Amino acid sequence: MASLLDHSARGETVGYSFSQAAAAPVKQHGFYPYTDNGGSTLGITGSDFAILAGDTRSTSGYNINSRMVPKVFKIGGDAETGEGAHIILSVVGFAADGNALKERLDSIVKMYRYQHGKRMSVSACAQRLSTILYQKRFFPYYVTAILAGLDEEGKGALYSYDPVGSYEREQCRAAGAAASLIMPFLDNQVNFKNQYIPGSGEGHALEAKKPEPLPQDHVKQLVRDAFTSAVERHIEVGDNLQMLIATKDGIQEVFHPLKKD
Amino acid sequence: MNHFPEAWGRPRDDVYGAYNPSYLQTSGPKTHTSSPAVTGTSVIGVKFNGGVALATDNLASYGSLARFTDVKRLRVFGENAIVGFGGDVSDMQYIDRLLESIDIRENYSSHGNMLNAKNLHTYLSKVFYKRRSEFNPLWNHVLVAGYDGDGQPFLSSADLLGTTFSAPHLATGFGAHLAVPILRRLFPDEKPLEEVSKEQAIDALKQCLKVLFYRDARSLDKYSIAVITKDGIDLKENEQIESQSWAFAERVKGYGAQTK
Amino acid sequence: MPGFDFSNFNRNSALHARGVPLPKATSTGTTIVGCVYDGGVVIAADTRATSGPIVADKNCEKLHYIAPKIWCAGAGTAADTEFTTALISSNVELHSLSTGRDPRVITCMTMLKQHLFRYQGHIGAYLVVAGVDPTGVGLYTVHAHGSTDKLPYVTMGSGSLAAMSVFESMWQPDLDKDGAIELCSEAIKAGIFNDLGSGSNVDVCVIQKDKPTQLLRNYEKPNERGHKERNYRFPRGTTAWLNQKIISKEDMKKYVTIETLSGDDSLAERMEVDS
Repeated sequence: MASLLDHSARGETVGYSFSQAAAAPVKQHGFYPYTDNGGSTLGITGSDFAILAGDTRSTSGYNINSRMVPKVFKIGGDAETGEGAHIILSVVGFAADGNALKERLDSIVKMYRYQHGKRMSVSACAQRLSTILYQKRFFPYYVTAILAGLDEEGKGALYSYDPVGSYEREQCRAAGAAASLIMPFLDNQVNFKNQYIPGSGEGHALEAKKPEPLPQDHVKQLVRDAFTSAVERHIEVGDNLQMLIATKDGIQEVFHPLKKD
Repeated sequence: MNHFPEAWGRPRDDVYGAYNPSYLQTSGPKTHTSSPAVTGTSVIGVKFNGGVALATDNLASYGSLARFTDVKRLRVFGENAIVGFGGDVSDMQYIDRLLESIDIRENYSSHGNMLNAKNLHTYLSKVFYKRRSEFNPLWNHVLVAGYDGDGQPFLSSADLLGTTFSAPHLATGFGAHLAVPILRRLFPDEKPLEEVSKEQAIDALKQCLKVLFYRDARSLDKYSIAVITKDGIDLKENEQIESQSWAFAERVKGYGAQTK
Repeated sequence: MPGFDFSNFNRNSALHARGVPLPKATSTGTTIVGCVYDGGVVIAADTRATSGPIVADKNCEKLHYIAPKIWCAGAGTAADTEFTTALISSNVELHSLSTGRDPRVITCMTMLKQHLFRYQGHIGAYLVVAGVDPTGVGLYTVHAHGSTDKLPYVTMGSGSLAAMSVFESMWQPDLDKDGAIELCSEAIKAGIFNDLGSGSNVDVCVIQKDKPTQLLRNYEKPNERGHKERNYRFPRGTTAWLNQKIISKEDMKKYVTIETLSGDDSLAERMEVDS
């Protein structure tokens, strides 16, 4: 208590902590705002339909969070059932971003209908999704999205995206953990890459097999084979296969069991 | 007393030392939680025929120190929803306050329909996602249990990143490694929920808590358990893990050649 | 010079400093377990080998022979578990020959831990060693850094917690042989279905007093492959080629000696392939 009684120290020199001179040292963040929830998706179009499929496993590290977390969503339909929707979206990567993206696009498609009194076309929705993704260019949605539906002519339409909004219309696309396993299979079986017509010529004259839209049953078989094979060789893919099929009659949803190891 | 009115009643630097301004900054970078401090370990939950059961132990750890041994990590919300908290305890208490204010507001509102567990889960996951997007996370992993809008049992998880998922049985933290395998074995996917009784669910949770106490170094043998049925919530907050088995310990001697 | 060759060490660290990544080793993100019972011991393993998130082998063998009544389950870097167990197996046999006695589990465990400790964890072998010897039943775990444990039931690998959850909730002190096999198999299945690093089938090895050791390869197969729905055989001529050159056996004889083996096909081991 000696210092309390020491009156030699005048008010001016005693010093009170009024000013905050010293700034705290800049601290390194130990927080990483992303995670990878694994899984894989794939989409294929036909002449009058589009199919989007994904497995339903959600992972973190070597753990399975849940065996039933759908990655493919109906966009612009009823909030609970998705009824009345005409666009489908698949998202794979960071599930929380995927959900946020899905909900934003869903509300935008709904608002479009309320404001314009007509359904948003798939091409317009595709452009809008690109804009949404690019708006977060420097803090991206960590997802690979695929959008599908029927175009103005009633043909199957499919758009694939990168996480920051670059997009392209394609016949087929695989995304997510097993994309590198599934995509070459799709190139070969949907676009007939590396397939030639036997006996059609010699050397460079050999004629390549021309891709043409495949029938729906054929495509469904390809999707199921792609996933049963991906499950064999990728640890993050499995549990169930969810398939959404967009046709002129609406969107149909089917599930198939996959291996659970 | 001196002639600086702003100094009156303030601690003097020569007595107490200078105030550390890093605690109350007005300039400089904004600091956020970048790691949790006082933490709770696993939360485990199971759905059964007509309801959901949720359990946590009563420990709040400070690093490897078992700091607080009587912390209740299950929070009742409204009539039939429960939140189980894992992770940072101060953030848990903040969310608790948040939920309290919502509960009061809902009770005073005129529309009359209360938030169910599904609504609560949606709300919490959005709070988590917003905070992670601001780089200012709430360092928790929670399970929400109760009923959805159709009156079906509801159990879902949300974490500090805003990631959500639901399953018939869930666990956070160490429980994701140790309890989930037990629950998936006892209640496989092929077994419909209607065949799981309340008693089976509670027994399974007790078994999981015991295994967690054996193997999770940040756990405690005192626990809370909540059972939600249509009759309401049965919350017990001062339970003790029973019938532990240390039979194997008798024959364990050393790590190699030791025999006594 | 015996032992490892370190002559590329400086070159590799220089490359690494310039951002060249280390080559990816096949790792057995694994579930392995062991459990003693009255008169014997059971060890078991899953059969998935991974390289990152890719399954490198769907039905690999993680139960290694050391001596007729000492077997070892390995987790960690596949090459390290294989070479370490092979080396110790060899030394155990020489030791047994020179002493004229049956090898002991504790000898084997000590040789393993001393070998692994010398390499300070750089040999990434995580092992469960089990066996029966004149002193009784032995069951140990050996970590890559050289520490060991002696317990009535043990688990290791990325699925160790899932497997341990089975032991901690179902193990009893008075197990018989069948009970121990079932418990180990159940523990491996917990790893297979809950841990992504583990998968495919269950291998079991039963070692008991006065009876030959049983290796129950693929004791359970809970993950049979689903059938493909389409046929992916291409018609002959589908693949493009620019020119062809046929080299006859006669031409080949200019460069190498060719001998034709007689005998039926059953002599040659057939490769395992998906149908």
